[in-house]
Amino acid sequence: MLSTAWILLNKDLLLEWRTRARLNALVFFALATLLLFSFALGPDSTLLARHAGGYLWLALLFASVLSLGESFRVEQENQCLDGLRLVPTDARALFLSKAVGNTLLLLFLALVLLPVMIALYGVTLSLSPLSLLGVLALGCMAISAPGTVYSAIANHARARDVLLPLLLFPLIVPALLAAVKATTLVLQGDPMGQLTSWVGLLSAFNLIYWGLGLALFPRVVED
Amino acid sequence: MEDKRRSLRLGLAVLGVVTLGVGAWMGLFWAPPDREMGDVYRIIYVHVPAMWMSLIACLVNFIASVGYLFKASWKTDSLAESTAEVGLLFGVFGLVLGMLWGKPTWGVYWDWDPRLTSMAVMLVAYMGYLALRRFIEDPEKRAVWSAVLGIIAFMDIPIVWYSVRWWRSLHQVQSTPQTVHPDMTLALRVNAFAFLFLFLAFVWSRYRIAQANRLEELALPDSLPDAAADGGLTRTT
Amino acid sequence: MSTSDALVLDDVSRRFGRRWALARLSYRLPRGRSLLLTGHNGSGKSTLLRLIATATVPTAGRLEVLGMDAVAEREQVRGQVALLSHSSFLYEDLSAHQNLVVLLRLLGREDPGGEAVALLARVGLATRGSHPVRHFSAGMRKRLAIARLLAQRPKLALLDEPFGELDPAGILEMERLVAELRESGTAVVLATHLVEQGLSLCEERLHLVEGRRVEP
Repeated sequence: MLSTAWILLNKDLLLEWRTRARLNALVFFALATLLLFSFALGPDSTLLARHAGGYLWLALLFASVLSLGESFRVEQENQCLDGLRLVPTDARALFLSKAVGNTLLLLFLALVLLPVMIALYGVTLSLSPLSLLGVLALGCMAISAPGTVYSAIANHARARDVLLPLLLFPLIVPALLAAVKATTLVLQGDPMGQLTSWVGLLSAFNLIYWGLGLALFPRVVED
Repeated sequence: MEDKRRSLRLGLAVLGVVTLGVGAWMGLFWAPPDREMGDVYRIIYVHVPAMWMSLIACLVNFIASVGYLFKASWKTDSLAESTAEVGLLFGVFGLVLGMLWGKPTWGVYWDWDPRLTSMAVMLVAYMGYLALRRFIEDPEKRAVWSAVLGIIAFMDIPIVWYSVRWWRSLHQVQSTPQTVHPDMTLALRVNAFAFLFLFLAFVWSRYRIAQANRLEELALPDSLPDAAADGGLTRTT
Repeated sequence: MSTSDALVLDDVSRRFGRRWALARLSYRLPRGRSLLLTGHNGSGKSTLLRLIATATVPTAGRLEVLGMDAVAEREQVRGQVALLSHSSFLYEDLSAHQNLVVLLRLLGREDPGGEAVALLARVGLATRGSHPVRHFSAGMRKRLAIARLLAQRPKLALLDEPFGELDPAGILEMERLVAELRESGTAVVLATHLVEQGLSLCEERLHLVEGRRVEP
């Protein structure tokens, strides 16, 4: 299953590279969102610095709706999903490849947004860069796992562009809370040692939803 | 058989209304006022049972969803559909009552109380569930995908609960009415049963509507001889 | 004995909402014989092919493909069967060569690159290997789709309107490829409007009208 997932992931990365104009558009969208937050919320720099974590994750969440939706659109053109299914391909490998691919894409976006955020909001890194990377990775994984399942479903329903965020947003509230809190702590320091609890929550969320995704995804794609 | 069922349904509804009447009297007049909040607390006699019914609905929806994935049957699918809708109804009702309670006690309609906040998040999740059902036309796909959604949403309830509680615990401590007086407990129980009867009556009616809709969607043309005895409501594969 | 048949359809029905695409279809295809599937649009040909390919499951009835149950042993059936569908299963933004390599890697082949080149040559796309599929004509896509089918080395090949969108030269090519497939021992189920070509390639015929079997 893992080797199949690897082959599929490579295919997706190759496709992303081939259509990288779309990737650029995604990056600009996320950057624009970040900028808009500053304009909407005013130039008070202390306030911006304090809530930087929140803005970052909101920008990522909005961008994820676009990227998640796209990840299955490419399989719908020419019914490629059926083509894969009938090889045969293990549906769980398909889930893994899509979810990991989405995670990588979001992580890439996060890393692009990070320096912009630091410049715009004047934040500093209080804890190690490794902790920040860890939190970013966990958060992106948390959005991608259920996002992949929902994207596969929403793509076959009407009003798919509205359905995906409607389904995804309430579900990942815990992950969002934890990711924002953890990011803020990493940026501003963690005097009371709360980081472990929030990282713990994020990890638990990931464990549950990657597990559920693996278990339920086959039912989603099979006819 | 059909008449027996019908009278049972009616009986359940009547029982619910009657018990609700008794419960209302108990809650509004019979039970003593709260030490701290006075008479304002009395709204819990409807607020709490509504929330409980909503949670029961989520649980039944989860069981029906899991059941459907194990063995496809329109019965489980209809049960899932009806509990989601009725659960949403009771949930919104309970949430609004919670907000009405908030105004005199906290001074604001909404202060991010963990329980109400978690409930609000879950209500949006189940609204999404119903939206999904509405946006998928193929009945079989609709059943499978909403079952998947039902499972994912239910598993989220404890996670949402914990995360919102942690999130809020950093800011303030929650206050709850001390429901220690035995009369209060009794009044709450009576109201809870009233809500349960009404809940069951609603779910049953909604279930019948769902089944009727399935029948209409999947109605077999007269020319085909392979109409199964129940009109195709039991899937053979 | 059912295991000696290539296909066993036992009272198979498939419903989409209110419409029965296939209604109580029973049929047996012996091993070593190829089948021509005819009928108007909407008669259920594509649905039947998809059922045999296990892309979907019957609403009622039993289906056995190469001695295996199409629902319970779906994975095994998929390993032996390949479908050429209306949809090409091709990634538009990958090249022809890359499309085949992905498939061959999923199939666990030793030399996906080399095999892809050989397949492209066999269907006459040797010079177009590195071009993205997006720029292909309809005929070229059909040829690439056939290459995709050949790559799977199926025991049973399901062809849904393979002559569609091909010019006369292309049709001859396709007939040749199908004949080659048959000679190499692959059983063929061919759905087409071009009854003449079909009859020259297949021994058996199944004619569908509104999802039911009818004598042609």
